[in-house]
Amino acid sequence: MCGIIGVIDRTMSRMDGSSIKEALSLMDERGSGEGAGYVAYGIYPDYADCYAIHVFFDNLLEPKTMVDKILQTWGRVVHQEEIPTYEQPGLKKEHIPWRYFFKPYTDLMVGTTNPDDDNVKRLVMSINSTVEGALIFSSGKNLGVFKASGWPEDVANFYRIEDYKGYIWLAHNRYPTNTSGWWGGAHPFNLLDWSVVHNGEITSYGTNRRYVESNGYDCTMFTDTEVVAYLFDLLGRKHGLPSETVVTALAPPFWDEIDEMPEKQEEFLRTLRLTYGPALMNGPFAIVVATKDGIVGFTDRIKLRPLIVGENGSRLYISSEEAAIRTMDPEVKTIYMPRAGEPVIGRVTI
Amino acid sequence: MSLGSVPLKYKISIDRDQCMKCMRCVDNCSYGVYRIENDKILIDSRKCTACHRCISMCPRDAINLQEKPVDYRSHPLWTAEAREDVINQARTGKIILSGMGNARDYPIIFDRLVLDACQVTNPSIDPLREPMELRTYLGKKPAKLEFTKNNGDIDLKTKLAPNLKLDTPIMIGHMSYGAISLNAQLSLAKAVAKTGTFMGTGEGGMHESIYPYQDHTIVQIASGRFGVDIDYLERGAAIEIKVGQGAKPGIGGHLPGEKVCADVSCTRMIPLGSDAISPAPHHDIYSIEDLAQLVRSLKEATEWKKPVFVKIAAVHNVAAIAAGIARSDADAVVIDGFKGGTGAAPKVFRDNVGIPIEAAIAAVDEKLNEQGIRNKVSLIASGGIRNSADITKSIALGADAVYIGTASLIALGCRVCGNCYRGLCPWGIATQKQELVDRIDPEVGSENVANLINAWTLEISELMGAAGLNSIESLRGNRERLRGYMLDQGLLDVLKIESVGA
Repeated sequence: MCGIIGVIDRTMSRMDGSSIKEALSLMDERGSGEGAGYVAYGIYPDYADCYAIHVFFDNLLEPKTMVDKILQTWGRVVHQEEIPTYEQPGLKKEHIPWRYFFKPYTDLMVGTTNPDDDNVKRLVMSINSTVEGALIFSSGKNLGVFKASGWPEDVANFYRIEDYKGYIWLAHNRYPTNTSGWWGGAHPFNLLDWSVVHNGEITSYGTNRRYVESNGYDCTMFTDTEVVAYLFDLLGRKHGLPSETVVTALAPPFWDEIDEMPEKQEEFLRTLRLTYGPALMNGPFAIVVATKDGIVGFTDRIKLRPLIVGENGSRLYISSEEAAIRTMDPEVKTIYMPRAGEPVIGRVTI
Repeated sequence: MSLGSVPLKYKISIDRDQCMKCMRCVDNCSYGVYRIENDKILIDSRKCTACHRCISMCPRDAINLQEKPVDYRSHPLWTAEAREDVINQARTGKIILSGMGNARDYPIIFDRLVLDACQVTNPSIDPLREPMELRTYLGKKPAKLEFTKNNGDIDLKTKLAPNLKLDTPIMIGHMSYGAISLNAQLSLAKAVAKTGTFMGTGEGGMHESIYPYQDHTIVQIASGRFGVDIDYLERGAAIEIKVGQGAKPGIGGHLPGEKVCADVSCTRMIPLGSDAISPAPHHDIYSIEDLAQLVRSLKEATEWKKPVFVKIAAVHNVAAIAAGIARSDADAVVIDGFKGGTGAAPKVFRDNVGIPIEAAIAAVDEKLNEQGIRNKVSLIASGGIRNSADITKSIALGADAVYIGTASLIALGCRVCGNCYRGLCPWGIATQKQELVDRIDPEVGSENVANLINAWTLEISELMGAAGLNSIESLRGNRERLRGYMLDQGLLDVLKIESVGA
């Protein structure tokens, strides 16, 4: 049990983090005070063309020296600083959150059509699995994840997320079971442009994990959610599938339904299922994924976790609870519940 | 000097108070244990194979069978078996022949693996109320989807290679007409047609009475090439090249001439009464590229419409061999573990050569995954699969589907007596004697085999539902849902699973 909420303003009008903090805190009974986090898109307009790399350092000595060295070998650090934090009585500062604005050297990566992204992806995987005391938890452009162990309001105040303005926000209130209140285990999970908040448990994790690992990803966070980010990166970015199709691959219709469909659609879905069988996600889950272009929410194929959608003009909300949406936007116009496996998509329209 | 006789293996006795002299035991025993003299049923226990035919036919439960009625002096090294083998070989100077699977007391890895179930944090799924998908496609899968975007529509560029569609991941392995009787094969064929799955023809051609079920058969090409012509290839839903067999890796096969009756000789395309000898290697496969050529030739011959499988025995280097096969045009690799059954195999091979299927599945799946070519082939596991739990564990270790052999014969009456090579099977299975073959009614036999497949399919659905999975794709290679119980670290590493409690 966890609480999730996401919002997009499709005209890219930016919202500060105060209302999502209220909404997430409303769902405290879905959490346990051991993890909460936020991600916002559009927060670093001054460094919009740099990868914003957020790192948890255990100290600023060995781990930071090593990360500095690796980043400076593979690219240019345009700017770096400690992420401003503000002491909270209910939150123990276990790591030092740091951010780099980074431009990879394009010519260093070979054998890829997308050298910058692949370079950064590789750096994230290799630093997280080899540098002790350093964990990169956010690596996209013009976006940032802010997370820690604690209640949603404490985490928000610790980072003062009301100081950030984004056109997409996702937030997550955690009730941990797999890993205790470890900062890295809090959501959102992020890789490059992909961020994920997730309520549930992925019973197909072993299969999904082997599939992404066989495609060059390393699972280092000890939790099932990161695999969702990697699946979206693989299917969406590397294979170029549209978001709706990625969702259909991860939560496809049942064979009985596919068999009844018109020929062309039947062939498409059969081919999709055969191709991406190991990517199919099972188990109870409600997930919201964001990229700079929009957000997509969906549940497992039999909707074992709640997901509710609200709309108001250019804003689309996706959450575990209707009350959370109404807290964020008392004026919300439409509220509805999507069907199992049905993708709910909010796209930037400008 | 004579070596004398070895002690009886089994001792048969009849409770004379119970016996009503109906003579069913006399009629049913094809090994000649019973005979009538002066209105009395006499017993020659030495001929008994423990096939249980008499016991199962006795209306009064009057027959008793005791195993090892005579003790040897016990000795941990010189077991009774070791001593008897020496005595037999001293007498004959020959290789000892045996039937059925590996009879050595090796640990059974399946029995040291436990499955997972959901509690609280994830709900289990009730297959009676929710959809549960066991549909399995065997064949090559694309590495990624290729498409073009066309005014908001997606037009598929990827064309799927031919795949076999199975309603359940359970198939029946290759047992040839010749090794088993026509009625046995017909029962299996009817059963797979009823249950939406497939059976192997074995290396024996296809008898015309199997033709109505040919869409549910996988035709086999083995080193003897018996029964192979273009019609045969075209009749099968898929083609399988048999390189090796788990019960006897590295050697060929031998169907004794006594089993080659008129019908068998026609189906195999060999002379009546001649021994059918399959050489150890295929004489056109001396390397991996030769195999790739044969795969392509078979594909060309059948216009690339049929999946081609390659079956190998699970040997030490099985993973690398499978990776080589995956790089050919083959659509599936069949791995046969060292507990796989057989009609006849030299005992020394059956009991000593090869590796268990559990380790082979894990090693092959891991190697293919590591090399990013797992999608290029399906993985079919066989050799010692006894129940639905073994199947579920095989799939969790990485198999796409399984072949069962011995289990399907047990469903036809077989009691695993292991005398298949003698051609006297009292259950009408491993024999060509018409009076014995007639003991199987293919209607009844197919019902029993179909029941078995259906029962196991139900159990797999329940196990998946309990694990919170509603689609078999999510079980495949999902080693997180397995734990090893009292397995050593070396084996846990090979299987890539954690210990119980971890």
